[in-house]
Amino acid sequence: MTYQAPDNKGHYGDFGGRFVPETLMPAILELDKEYAKAIQDDDFLAEFDYYLKEYVGRETPLYYAERFSEKLGGPKIYLKREDLNHTGAHKINNALGQALLAVRMGKKKIVAETGAGQHGVATATVCALLGLECIVFMGKEDVRRQKLNVFRMELLGATVESVDQGSGTLKDAVNEALRYWVTNVEDTHYIIGSVVGPHPFPQIVRDFQSMIGTETRKQIQDKERRLPDAVIACIGGGSNSMGMFYPFVNDESVKLYGVEAGGKGVETDKHSVTLQYGKKGVLHGMMSNLLQDKHGQIKEAHSISAGLDYPGVGPEHSYLNDIGRVHYDYITDDEALEALQELSRTEGILPALESSHAIAYAMKLAKQMNKEEVLVVCLSGRGDKDVETVRDALGGNADG
Amino acid sequence: MGKQKLDAAFSAVLERGDKAFVPYIMAGDGGLDKLHEQLEFLQDAGATAVELGIAFSDPVADGPTIQEAGIRALKDGVSLRGVLDKLIETKQERTLPIVLMTYLNPIHAIGIEEFAKVCDEAGVDGLIIPDLPLEEEEIITPSLKKFDIALIRLAALTSPEERIAEIAQRTEGFLYAVTVTGTTGVRTDFQENVGTYLSKLQEQCDVPVLAGFGVSTPEHVLDLTEHCDGVIVGSRIVDLLYKGDREPIKELIASAQLSKVKS
Repeated sequence: MTYQAPDNKGHYGDFGGRFVPETLMPAILELDKEYAKAIQDDDFLAEFDYYLKEYVGRETPLYYAERFSEKLGGPKIYLKREDLNHTGAHKINNALGQALLAVRMGKKKIVAETGAGQHGVATATVCALLGLECIVFMGKEDVRRQKLNVFRMELLGATVESVDQGSGTLKDAVNEALRYWVTNVEDTHYIIGSVVGPHPFPQIVRDFQSMIGTETRKQIQDKERRLPDAVIACIGGGSNSMGMFYPFVNDESVKLYGVEAGGKGVETDKHSVTLQYGKKGVLHGMMSNLLQDKHGQIKEAHSISAGLDYPGVGPEHSYLNDIGRVHYDYITDDEALEALQELSRTEGILPALESSHAIAYAMKLAKQMNKEEVLVVCLSGRGDKDVETVRDALGGNADG
Repeated sequence: MGKQKLDAAFSAVLERGDKAFVPYIMAGDGGLDKLHEQLEFLQDAGATAVELGIAFSDPVADGPTIQEAGIRALKDGVSLRGVLDKLIETKQERTLPIVLMTYLNPIHAIGIEEFAKVCDEAGVDGLIIPDLPLEEEEIITPSLKKFDIALIRLAALTSPEERIAEIAQRTEGFLYAVTVTGTTGVRTDFQENVGTYLSKLQEQCDVPVLAGFGVSTPEHVLDLTEHCDGVIVGSRIVDLLYKGDREPIKELIASAQLSKVKS
C-alpha cells in the first residue's frame, strides 16, 4: 500500500494534530490552506527552485566516501553533502521555503526558535535575502554556548532574544517563540525549524526538506544503477531525516535508520532518545513521543550536539516507528565524537556533531553489511560550529 | 455535581443582578496544604467558582506571573494527581464550584478515562484546556460526557465568525472569552474592539460569557462586564495571593457584585 500521511486533520496515525490555543488556530488553518495552494502554484515552485539552485547551491553532491568505506571494510558508503549548502546545513532549505510562503501570505515579520543557532542563522539569512524582519528566540544556556552564532545572526540583521524560562534551552525557546507568535500573529509567520509543532508544520518542513531524499534517489541510481540498501540520518526533531526518508518510504528494499542522541547513555537521565524511552504525549502543539515524568512534566533532554537536544520528536517519526517502517536507534556523545574524528581524518570532512551521530551509526552498521551493498548517510551539516565544543570534550587534545 | 453545579452557581449570581467572578489560582503555589484554606477564602470573598490552575513545565498560553507560580508549585512537587487527591479529601466541606485549568499533557499522562473518573470523585465541575482547540477535543469529550463534567471552550479575538458560532454553541458551563491576542498576564488596557467582541459572543451563547486574560483591576471588571456576564482574573490574583496581600483580592471580587454597589 502506498504510504499516505498525514490525514486531512494532520494526524499521522495516533500522532500529530494541532494542540494549540484558539488564538493561533485561525493562523494555522490559514497556513494549511495557503500552503496547499502554494505547492500547486508553478510560479511559487519555480521561485523556490531558483533560490535553491542559485542561492543555496543545490543540488548537493552525493559523494562516494571511498577511503572511509575501505577503512570500515563493509558496504560502499555515500554521503549526502547537506553540509555544502549555504550557511552549512540542511536548515536553509526549509527556512527559504517557509520565508517565501510568508511573503506570499503577506506577512512582514518572522519569528523562529533556535537551539545551536543553525536554524536561527538560516532564518536570519533568508530574512535578509527577502527583506523580512526577524526575531529569533534562543535559550539562555544556548546563547552562552553559541556566542558566535548569536553574533552571526545579529550581523545578518536579526534580533536575538535570550530565553531565561525553564531550562534555558531549545524547548524553552520554542515555548517563547509560540508565545511571541500568539501575541503577534496578525503580521508574523513562525518559521519552525524542524518537523515538529502543530499541523501543518511537520508536513511543510518535511516537504521543504524532501529534495534531500529526492536528489539522493536520483543520484544513487545514476551512480550505482540501483537503490541503496540502507539510508541513515540523525534525529533531533527530525527534519533532515524526514527529508531524506520520505522519498524512500515506499521503496521496501531500502532499510531506513533514524539515529537519536544517546547523550551520556540511556542508563543515565542525560539523553534525547524519545522513540525508545519517551512516552506519547502533547508538547508544542503535537502529539508525539516525549521525554516526560509520570506526571506528564516534560524532562530536559541532553546531547553534546545542541541540535539533537530536544525532548520531543516529529510526529511522523513516532508514526514511522509505530508502523515499523523506520528502525530507530541511538548513538552516545562519545561515539559521535569518535565518528567525527574518524571522518575528518579519512575524508577531510568535518561533520557537525549532529551528523556525526549518523556517521557513528554507519560505522556500526557497516560491520553487518557486505562490499556489494550500498549505504547512504545524510551528512546534514558541517562541523565548523562545533570545533570549540569538540576541543573541550577532547580536553584540547585531538588524539584523545 | 459537574455541569449543573456550575449552571446553578452562575444563575444565582446573575439573577441577583451581580456579575460572575472567577478567580484563578495556581494549585499548590505556597504548598498544597494551603489549598483548602485558599478556596474557603475565595468563597467567603464572594467568588462564583474557582479556576484551579495545574502547573505544567511548558505553559505556552501563560505569561510570566503564572509561569513563575507554576515553577514554584512544580518545585514543591505538586502534580495533577496530587491536586485531585487533595480535592477528594476536602470534597465534603466544599461548596464552591471547581474548574480545573490544565494543559493536555498532564491529563494524558494519567490517562483520559481515568482522569475523568477521578475528577468526578474529586468534585471537579468543569475543565479548561488551553491547548485543546475544537479540532482535537474529541480526544476527551466522550469521557467528560460520561461524568457530566463541563468542557469550557475558549474564544479568541482572532477567531473568525464561523468558529465563534461553533465555539459558542459547543461550550459548556460558560464561555471563556480571551480578551487579548497574547498570553495571560496583567495589562493596563484592552484593544478597542473588545466590547463589540464580547457583545457578539453574548448574543450567540446560551451560557454565561466570561472575559479573561489581562483583567486586573476593579475598573477592568466594571468596563468589561458592561458587555458580558463576568470575568476571570488570574495573574493579578496569583501575584496578590503569593505576596499574602488579600485585601485587594476582596475588593476585586466585590467589584463584580453590582447589586451591592448600586444599593
